[in-house]
Amino acid sequence: MSTGHVVVVGGSLGGLRAAEQLRAAGHDGPVTVVGEEPWLPYNRPPLSKEVLADPGDHDPARLHAGIAFRRRASVEDVEFRVGRRVVSADLARRALALDDGTALTYDGLVVATGLRARRLAVPGPTEGRHVVRTLDDACALRAAIADASQVVVVGAGFVGCETAASLHTLGLPVTVVHPEAVAFEPALGREVGAAIQRHLEAAGITFVSGVGVAAYAGVGAVAGVLLDDGRTLEASLVVEAVGSACNTEWLEGNGLDLSDGVLTDNDLRVVGAQRVVAVGDVSRFPNPLFGPDLGARPRRVEHWSMPTDTAKRAAATLVADLAGTPGPDTPFAPTPSFWSDLLDLRLQAYGSPALGSELRLEEGDLARLGDGAVVTYHHDGALVGVLAVNIPPARLRALRDRFAAPVAVH
Amino acid sequence: MKITVDMAKCEDHGQCAIAAPVAFRMNDDGKLEHDGEVDDAYLDEVEEAADVCPVQAILIGA
Ligand SMILES: Cc1cc2nc3c(=O)[nH]c(=O)nc-3n(C[C@H](O)[C@H](O)[C@H](O)COP(=O)(O)OP(=O)(O)OC[C@H]3O[C@@H](n4cnc5c(N)ncnc54)[C@H](O)[C@@H]3O)c2cc1C
Ligand code: SF4
Repeated sequence: MSTGHVVVVGGSLGGLRAAEQLRAAGHDGPVTVVGEEPWLPYNRPPLSKEVLADPGDHDPARLHAGIAFRRRASVEDVEFRVGRRVVSADLARRALALDDGTALTYDGLVVATGLRARRLAVPGPTEGRHVVRTLDDACALRAAIADASQVVVVGAGFVGCETAASLHTLGLPVTVVHPEAVAFEPALGREVGAAIQRHLEAAGITFVSGVGVAAYAGVGAVAGVLLDDGRTLEASLVVEAVGSACNTEWLEGNGLDLSDGVLTDNDLRVVGAQRVVAVGDVSRFPNPLFGPDLGARPRRVEHWSMPTDTAKRAAATLVADLAGTPGPDTPFAPTPSFWSDLLDLRLQAYGSPALGSELRLEEGDLARLGDGAVVTYHHDGALVGVLAVNIPPARLRALRDRFAAPVAVH
Repeated sequence: MKITVDMAKCEDHGQCAIAAPVAFRMNDDGKLEHDGEVDDAYLDEVEEAADVCPVQAILIGA
């Protein structure tokens, strides 16, 4: 089989799965994973959930031990260079430059550099402002919780609302500020977002909707949040959960389409490069699951299931390209899936509810979400997403299978 | 192969039961039930189940 050197840039879920799947696809040559964070791959979703539940301990090594990924025996000989960043790439010469001044050459390259948290560019003190993307972020936040009396979370997407819920559970007063009309509006639509927001409000979390942050108040550290509409909210701890930016700067100068992540074909081959594939949050690929029209438009999917699905396909593609053999010949049409825990609500979704232009409540009552609800999302008459709230797990398979339309190959 | 689930971690997400129904099932109470030993022929499925467990509660032994 192929024996070239494969370098994986990015040492999180996507990077780990890529290494494992290269082995599974028959690549027996050397594999090097370069990751900027000082940790071996760990699981990110607990950072806004379980990890915030017990803030007493903020030793990062112990935290890491609790959420580190198990690594398959097949990647025992894979070199993980952690704490090293790739600063630039010359794809024509198949060479990478690292932040310690060393160079690394490859025969095949996997892009798995994911996202970083965006920060608000507004005036005011920076001390007391947190984000939640990495283990180190979560440690810093945990350490700050002890002295916090009033929390403001900026942003009402999944990371914002999960963090708000976790901090509320610890007994802290929490206010969520966000510019949309209701929480989760872009992801789940207005009716469902409003219902979830009402549920969180009934539990005691305050929402300030439809306004942005103009500045932070305070001397040295944040003491308040100045809003667009002139109001000020008191805050001793701020969490900014305002979306993310793609880590693609290191690929600049190679003529790639980096306008939103890395553009790839349906086999995860980076368009405009050879023997380069991209996986996980950073890869923007067409998904025929969503039909000839929506499915032809390449999209990035920031869900935990994607690094695993895309790594499988990307590894098969790269191994075939290295060997000069034809790659997989069926369309790659993974069913996106995500979950979220918000107090007593467990959300589970299949497909992409965000693509829906119309939604139908199939089961339950949006005013009593805790008792269970199923909502389907449609576009041009086709099912594009299913959201289940507090539905018994034994039923999830049927919900997913129903969604996985005939074009799906899985 | 041997399968161990860390029940202190497991949150009954049920993703494992979707990936490898041969070894993992959700009972009527919504709780996970799993086999302790599964034929090696199912290694791929069981590895996939371990991969997709959101809390990474599944361990595969020799
Ligand atoms: C707090 C939080 C909660 C979440 N909860 C859920 C959830 O409940 N359900 C769900 O479905 N999804 C959830 N997600 C999303 C999920 O975690 C992501 O989809 C997943 O982490 C993507 O993995 P990835 O490997 O593609 O990218 P990332 O996890 O972003 O990893 C990219 C890695 O590459 C490294 N890197 C970047 N640039 C370089 C460089 N130049 N050189 C070397 N290394 C580099 C980064 O340091 C990082 O470690 C959550 C995410 C967060 C942050
Ligand atoms: S996927 Fe993980 S958390 Fe869910 S039931 Fe299976 S073992 Fe438990």
